[in-house]
Amino acid sequence: MAACLPLLLLALFAVALACVGVDAAYQPRSAEGHTIAGRIKIDAAITSAKGFGLPAKTSNTKVILNGGQRVTFARPDGYFAFHNVPAGTHLIEVSSLGYLFSPVRVDISARNPGHIQAALTDTRRVLNELVLEPLREEQYYEIREPFSIMSLLKSPMGLMLGFMVIMVFVMPKMMENIDPEEMKQAQEQMRNSPVPSFSGLLARANS
Amino acid sequence: MAPPPRHLLLVLLGFLAAASLATLAAAMYEDQVGLADWHQKYIGKVKQAVYHSQKSGRRRVVVLTEENVIASLDLRSGDIFWRHVIEKNDPVDQLSLSLGKYAVTLSSGGSILRAWNLPDGQMVWETNLEVSKLSKPLLHILSNNKVAKDNLVLVAAGRWIYAVSSIDGVIAWEKEFSLDGIEIKQVLQSPENDILYVVGIAGSSKLNLYQLNAKTGEVVKHIQESFPGALCGEALLVSRNVLVALDETRSGLFLIEIKGESISYNKVHLSDLVQDLSGTVKLLPLMSNGVIALQASSTLSLLKLKGIDGLEVIQTFEQPATLSDALTITEKDEAFAIVHHMGSEIEFIVKFTSDVSNEVIRENINIDQHRGNIEKVFLNNYIRTDKSHGFRALVVMEDHSLLLVQQGEVVWSREDGLASILDVITSELPVEKDGVSVANVEHNLFEWLKGHVLKLKGTLMLASADELVAIQALRLKSSEKNKMTRDHNGFRKLLIVLTKAGKVIALHTGDGRIIWSNLLPSLRASKSGEIPSALGIYQWQVPHHRVMRENPSILVVGRSGTDSSSPGVLSVLDSYSGEELNSLRFDHSVVQIIPLTLKDSSEQRLHLIVDSHSRAHLYPRSPDAINLFLHEMPNTYFYTVDIEKNVIRGHSLQRSCYLSFDDEYCFSTKELWSIIFPSDAERIAISETQKMNEVVHTQAKIIADQDVMYKYLSKNLVFVATLSPKATGEIGSAAPEEAWLVAYLIDAVTGRILHRVTHHGAQGPVHAVVSENWVVYHYFNLRAHRFEMAVIEIYDQSRADNKDVLKLILGKHNLSAPITSYTRPEVMVKSQSYFFTHSVKTMAVTQTAKGITSKQLLIGTIGDQVLALDKRFVDPRRSVNPTQQEKEEGLLPLTDSLPIIPMFYVTHSLQVEALRGIVSIPSRLESTTHVFTYGVDLFYTRLAPSRTYDSLTDEFSYALLLITIAALVAAIIFTWIWSEKKELSDKWR
Repeated sequence: MAACLPLLLLALFAVALACVGVDAAYQPRSAEGHTIAGRIKIDAAITSAKGFGLPAKTSNTKVILNGGQRVTFARPDGYFAFHNVPAGTHLIEVSSLGYLFSPVRVDISARNPGHIQAALTDTRRVLNELVLEPLREEQYYEIREPFSIMSLLKSPMGLMLGFMVIMVFVMPKMMENIDPEEMKQAQEQMRNSPVPSFSGLLARANS
Repeated sequence: MAPPPRHLLLVLLGFLAAASLATLAAAMYEDQVGLADWHQKYIGKVKQAVYHSQKSGRRRVVVLTEENVIASLDLRSGDIFWRHVIEKNDPVDQLSLSLGKYAVTLSSGGSILRAWNLPDGQMVWETNLEVSKLSKPLLHILSNNKVAKDNLVLVAAGRWIYAVSSIDGVIAWEKEFSLDGIEIKQVLQSPENDILYVVGIAGSSKLNLYQLNAKTGEVVKHIQESFPGALCGEALLVSRNVLVALDETRSGLFLIEIKGESISYNKVHLSDLVQDLSGTVKLLPLMSNGVIALQASSTLSLLKLKGIDGLEVIQTFEQPATLSDALTITEKDEAFAIVHHMGSEIEFIVKFTSDVSNEVIRENINIDQHRGNIEKVFLNNYIRTDKSHGFRALVVMEDHSLLLVQQGEVVWSREDGLASILDVITSELPVEKDGVSVANVEHNLFEWLKGHVLKLKGTLMLASADELVAIQALRLKSSEKNKMTRDHNGFRKLLIVLTKAGKVIALHTGDGRIIWSNLLPSLRASKSGEIPSALGIYQWQVPHHRVMRENPSILVVGRSGTDSSSPGVLSVLDSYSGEELNSLRFDHSVVQIIPLTLKDSSEQRLHLIVDSHSRAHLYPRSPDAINLFLHEMPNTYFYTVDIEKNVIRGHSLQRSCYLSFDDEYCFSTKELWSIIFPSDAERIAISETQKMNEVVHTQAKIIADQDVMYKYLSKNLVFVATLSPKATGEIGSAAPEEAWLVAYLIDAVTGRILHRVTHHGAQGPVHAVVSENWVVYHYFNLRAHRFEMAVIEIYDQSRADNKDVLKLILGKHNLSAPITSYTRPEVMVKSQSYFFTHSVKTMAVTQTAKGITSKQLLIGTIGDQVLALDKRFVDPRRSVNPTQQEKEEGLLPLTDSLPIIPMFYVTHSLQVEALRGIVSIPSRLESTTHVFTYGVDLFYTRLAPSRTYDSLTDEFSYALLLITIAALVAAIIFTWIWSEKKELSDKWR
């Protein structure tokens, strides 16, 4: 509950800022440059529900223009803006720990000023408005598989034990099932064969 | 014995390959964090600090550093609450607090104003201001402004002045002074009425004083006065009607009094006041009540103003001494601190401006000698329990560390020099003494068993919550990894780093603690004002066999000045203790340092240092070294890359210098070849070679159809990338038609271009890594508007015939023929390119002891993370539909972009802010390599590119093994008894 309160406050704060953020976003005074304004939308529901990834922290979200030419930070409500950007084709990347964002290609038309077109570079999907959403949440750790008897049995030690159990308990049973006459034949064959058999060795050692 | 059927073997190999593919990189589990890795956060050298006001109740300080970091620190412990690293091309100049809620920063020469929420560091608003650059911007926060509970933030830069609301960043008013060449030097506020005083200097000798309405920005009054001599930029208002300014020659002071409409002034010669005025004289921004401070290179003087008639020296301190800004205590009174050195101690003095001759506090504080001189002091006061004023101060030292001093003690210290690492090498730890290890193990046998039983409980899910915590603690603090001795696997090492401040620090790979540090005297700023710069750190002596008893040592090379023609300095340090063994000041400059592979009889590495006159100097200067080197001299070549002139030159060495014939350690160089790139079409963007200590295991590469390809392995291979002039700019500044990248593979001995390829529509920045026989480089593709990574592999065709087994047996192959760079190589080149999602900051490749383990590219992404990408993803033999044989070989099907799998991030959920370098150092275990990453933060981890195939992992459960063995023994005994009984009963029958 204690953790909820700051979050709620933050949300209220964000709403309050969203109202003033809009009119501050565009300053038309600059003659040659254009303004790229957009918004980053990280769905907080995904993260908090899973509880595995990192908490959605917009304070660590950086928006990068043209591979580091300019860097800005997202506001609490996710809005960001680059001012005085010349006309041309630009690239916007978003760096936020725990999320993967596709870089966005932004075309600022030189002929009709203010016309801005954006498209994801990975999928070439055209964005109607510059709202950037993460492609996926990044899981930096492998998830440990829960313990199971099977995994224990599959380990080399488990296999060793299993093999031994088979030899000790199943093999004698199999031997019993063999027809006694056939058994005798086989034993005689073994005795006649010149190769010293393992059972013979054992027998000698025991005697 | 019949050979096993071949296809069976191939299938088996295929299985193995498939199995290893499934586990391409060693991803880690969350509970493994901190086992082999550590992460340290730094902020850099503090240049401005603002304390939270006392009313807020929080003991915090917001600092701005030279690494362009804004951070909020805990005053009790020095821990970081929040931190933002701003990009280097957006330098933050000013920091201030507003309303007790926001930290306001002004960056990019006054054009970007940002406000940050104080408790959590979230950016609240950002406003772009249009100012003329090239001026020092001023930030002033108006206080006592009753308008709607809003504080206006004033930004003055050049001839612009803006007032911005601190709540939402909206510009309240703006004012451009129309006067030609005016530059605003000072903004002040009258406490009682809403009037702003703006002091500007136009054309270096015209002083302008404006009075503005703080609410609207209207000019109420304007006074202008010309001065006979030019004014230096520095001006400061001492009290509201007296102004003090230095003149241009920095030898006189103008004392200016403003009385209503008129200005009267008086000039004072500094030499009348202060005897020694060598070096640059500076006025320190100080305080009201008529006190000013004057800094010369050897003294710091406090002066008191007596009207405009003259000045009186109150006290003079010997340098190094530092003065803090004035701190308002009451309405009329301000406090300031002076810190100066007294032998091994520092003296911390606090005074009030109203009574300068008395001291409020005088404390002597002991400070570590390896921190150098005090550079900055930030004073803060607090109310003691008895309502009196107590003082504490943040102190910035010469080695960039930050200390908090209070009540005569250092409360905490931060080693922030580590935020600006220049170079890294490693050193082995001392060998373990006999007897120590055995006793230790026996002593801990019970503990060891207990630990493993706990671990087993963990795997069997039998452990309680308490026990789980105990297991994690046990794993993290395993004393084994932090020992100060060499281990069998080579996991424990010393990382020796050189920082920008000229400090050498040794860190332990186990937990990153500082083993020793040494601020090198040769790299400290001298009294004459020259600022030395550190260049690099090299292995000097790595003892083996005979001289094992000696400690290894390292070489630090620097320059005694900032420009490349200033003479070099050299220091040799003991790797175990950090003691300076030897120090030398060259009589020549340092342009290039070439470590040679040769070692003299005392195992000292030979180094060639090339100066700005293209002469090479041999170090160490011993007859032994020169004899060794003379043998090797005809085979020594080096190359230089001149980016400004767009030329690459190859050189050889010649006996004797043409300038000083008697110096036998000096060699002249001869230019052998040069490649001049046409400047209008190509500009050198990057040149890269492989690491000198790289080990390659095999020359041959066996490909699917039992074929062999021979790698072209040459230590002299240089990769050079050039860009068209338009393509060197930022993305978005060039059209695809006018941008291209040309990649060259050049032999550095002969200057022969082995391969050249042009990428049309490609743009910088280019990052590249060279290893074995391949190059991987990263650039931007303007046509696809995506980043691209290309690979070039180079193979030796002349050996391609050596596939015949008969020839190999009969010795008719050319494998053992001597290789010389002068034979014309027949090379074959394969290349391919792929899309890559991110921008790249830096690239490296993993290095292992024998070079058997497959390689991974270590890519520092724009998000300050390090991605380990298996080299198999950048294999030019990948095709869309690999044949069955190729699949068995483990060749991946071709995809247009390289995958980014989050589990392959070496830095997992951490960031190495402002990432600058990645270093990979082999450990003694072939499968494992050390990876050290540095920027503002440090991150270290161990990496096993093909998993730890040569040792058991930490995950291995010894207890399970013991239980299995016990069970097996029990079963053997049981069956033996059983069979005995059975036999006995058989015999009785």
